[in-house]
Amino acid sequence: MHPYLAHTQEEIKEMLERIGLENIEDLFSDIPSEILFKEKLDFPVGKSELEIRDILYKLASENKSTLEYTSFLGGGAYDHYIPAIIPQLLLRQEFYTAYTPYQPEISQGTLQAIFEYQSMICELTGLQASNASLYDGATAAAEALFMAYEANKRKTFIINDTVNPETKKVIKTYLDFKGLSYVEAKSKDGLLDIDNLKEMLDSEVGAVLVQSPNYYGLVEDVEAIADLVHKNKSLLVQSADPISLGLFKTPGEIGADIAVGEGQVLGNTLNFGGPYLGYIACTKKLMRKLPGRIVGKTEDLDGKRGFVLTLQAREQHIRRERATSNITSNQALCALAANIYMAVMGKQGIQDVAKQCVDLSYYTAKALTANNNFKMKYNTPFFREFVIETPIKAADLLEKMLEKKFYAGIDLEPYTGSENELMIAVTEKMTKEKIDCFVKEMEACINE
Amino acid sequence: MNNYNALIIDHSRPGRRGYTLRNTEVDQIDLSEVFGSDLLRKESAELPEVSEPEVVRHFTNLSKKNFAVDEGMYPLGSCTMKYNPKINEEVAALAGFNNVHPLQPMSTVQGSLEVMYGLQNALKSISGMDQVSLLPSAGSQGELAGLMIIKAYLRENNQQYRNKIIIPDSSHGTNPASATMAGFETITIPSNENGTVDLQALKDAVGEDTAGFMLTNPNTLGLFETDILEIAEIVHGVGGLLYYDGANMNANLGITRPGDMGFDVLHYNLHKTFATPHGGGGPGSGPIGVKEKLVDFLPGHYIEKTDDGYTFSDNPKHTIGKVRSFHGNFGVMLKAYSYILSMGSDGLVSASQLAVLNANYLKESLKEDYVLPIKSVCKHEFVLSGLIEANGASTLDIAKRMMDYGYHPMTIYFPLIVEEAMMIEPTETETKETLDGFIIALKEIAEEAKTSPEKLKEAPISTLVRRLDEVTAARKPILTWK
Repeated sequence: MHPYLAHTQEEIKEMLERIGLENIEDLFSDIPSEILFKEKLDFPVGKSELEIRDILYKLASENKSTLEYTSFLGGGAYDHYIPAIIPQLLLRQEFYTAYTPYQPEISQGTLQAIFEYQSMICELTGLQASNASLYDGATAAAEALFMAYEANKRKTFIINDTVNPETKKVIKTYLDFKGLSYVEAKSKDGLLDIDNLKEMLDSEVGAVLVQSPNYYGLVEDVEAIADLVHKNKSLLVQSADPISLGLFKTPGEIGADIAVGEGQVLGNTLNFGGPYLGYIACTKKLMRKLPGRIVGKTEDLDGKRGFVLTLQAREQHIRRERATSNITSNQALCALAANIYMAVMGKQGIQDVAKQCVDLSYYTAKALTANNNFKMKYNTPFFREFVIETPIKAADLLEKMLEKKFYAGIDLEPYTGSENELMIAVTEKMTKEKIDCFVKEMEACINE
Repeated sequence: MNNYNALIIDHSRPGRRGYTLRNTEVDQIDLSEVFGSDLLRKESAELPEVSEPEVVRHFTNLSKKNFAVDEGMYPLGSCTMKYNPKINEEVAALAGFNNVHPLQPMSTVQGSLEVMYGLQNALKSISGMDQVSLLPSAGSQGELAGLMIIKAYLRENNQQYRNKIIIPDSSHGTNPASATMAGFETITIPSNENGTVDLQALKDAVGEDTAGFMLTNPNTLGLFETDILEIAEIVHGVGGLLYYDGANMNANLGITRPGDMGFDVLHYNLHKTFATPHGGGGPGSGPIGVKEKLVDFLPGHYIEKTDDGYTFSDNPKHTIGKVRSFHGNFGVMLKAYSYILSMGSDGLVSASQLAVLNANYLKESLKEDYVLPIKSVCKHEFVLSGLIEANGASTLDIAKRMMDYGYHPMTIYFPLIVEEAMMIEPTETETKETLDGFIIALKEIAEEAKTSPEKLKEAPISTLVRRLDEVTAARKPILTWK
């Protein structure tokens, strides 16, 4: 028998006897024979653990990871420092082999961890309520617009055209099937054009979603539109990178009603795109419209503090077709990573990480543009990521740099139509030495 | 550490820290000069100020307040809480998989793509579907994507008037919630006295407005829908599509295939059937499979093998659009693939057989003390309806008492069509001794209900906290430590 299974033939026989059957196949005798699968599944028989190691270690080595290559890739997933304690603690079996805390008396670990996560997300965003996390930043943005729709029943939304294209795609899918839609507010010099937004606002607009820092890394003045949006009786949603909130004004201070973002940067590995987590936080007023799991503090029969899943009347297992969302679980283990990250980095660490991203990305931008071979596309303040204009096609430059073992950035041609724009992300993990080498090689590539 | 009862913020003292960063060796940017003070945060976020050992001790102590599969039996019905193999964690932690950016060039991610390709093909074979997309993040999102595909397909065929999704009253709560999110109206039909689809009710419900019918087979009572071919004929006969909810696939591996039963679209739950850990509520992964006519509507690329290696397909012609960023929960896919390699085409069949054997063994052993509403042979799970001699003890009381006996309770009060429902799914990885211990515990609880019912009413008494006040928690929500 396979090592994950324990039954001996003798035991199987005893168990069948109690059931009153002779053969294990008899357990399936109710199934019409024309749908019984009579062939073999189309893949090999079980392999030993040694063989699995051989296969998967080899496949891992066939990837060119960001440890082997120097990466300046961002675009919604960032290579930040992950403290060693995070992967260690995530391997506590009590966390990772448990399920959704349906039975609070024996799930206080998971429940308290979520409560702490919610508390720290509220600290970062300056808002009053957070859920237990969503699938990723993109679905969190879509769910935020659904919340707005539930609040004011208006069917159109405005987003800045510099929202992450991955997020745009997901929002479009989610809205489309509910008969809702969005329009894009144009940007001017990379930033939201407020005059253009003013013209677009009307009584059909349920919410305005602004990503800041936007896709190009530029920091938007979201506060400047808050009154405008609220006078129109629309909701203001800010999509904000959580690391950036170590430095920049919070969605709460700005007057946003809902904040969302990609939580990968909080202690989660790149992992080829997932699993990540999306955070969503909102004002107290909108709390009961949040999708997904929420944990609240309470007391047990003896008056001892404890935590429970709460406000469950919003959820699918109670309200079925009238639920605020179909989401069932959250991204609990990813949220636990985020929780540990926020705890161990803490009040000062989140600022230091954000500041180092600024220092290193500004250093990179300055060094790259020093000889005027590369030019800054935008002359506005940016966070961690910036766009340069390249003298040769960005795609060609990327290919040349790849040969030198660099992931030099993201070619923006699919999004801007220009073949000469490259987006570069620099986190606190990057060293001056690597940046200097990168700049030298970039210069060399265009002179080849 | 039973009495550990601190929040991480309780350990915070000004000036403590739990991290180090290197000196960047570059010029320090003056933030207010570059950004202007208007854009900057006025006050720091009040995150904890704690040392590294305190953080480790805090979360280790928190972990001890959880019950988990590695400790004992966790028979949550429809959740498939099977053993989570450790080799899967080992390979998923490999640097070569972990440190890969989703936007790297194809030539640099061949290892990851091969994993996805292998998983995609195994899932196709297991379900009998023609193509699979690994993109959706969880079962519920797979369900949503699958329903969007149905809608897009009908739209493409100028059948927008088909706006009703039919759902049995025994279905998972996500079914109607997903249907609403995909912009459908739902019709709920009652089950018959055997707990399966009432064919007459289905015939009465279908019509020219039918978009589709959602079903999990075996259903939530653990019963195989033996009329499935007739059900498919009824639904297809009026032009509707058939959706398979893969939550209960652990009964089917290599034995029956949804594709052979007439289903057009389905989702898998990798965190259930394919042994990836539930993580305290995620991350899961919910790939979807479709028949040929729906391939053009998939939410994003799938993996193709070419002469130049593995690559993403072009976006399907009529794609519904992406339902999440990048390529899905790769880390979860990797663990599921490792599981499939280990079990193989032969081991998966044994897994389903033993899952069904275990469920029937429990069912037959408990029916003298607990109400068994449907007597016929079950599949991977079954549903009881409280105690035969309840003496005032509810299913909730029984569940709470089980904790004192060291077991995680079963799923309770679901499916909604069974009073005092106790939905039990033991999975194949529980030994006979464990099942026997579970049977004895439930029999003792049945005896206690007769002789000392207060033991059930007061339960649990051995846990770190006793029953919690959920009513006040919902009425006056306290969601943060502030």
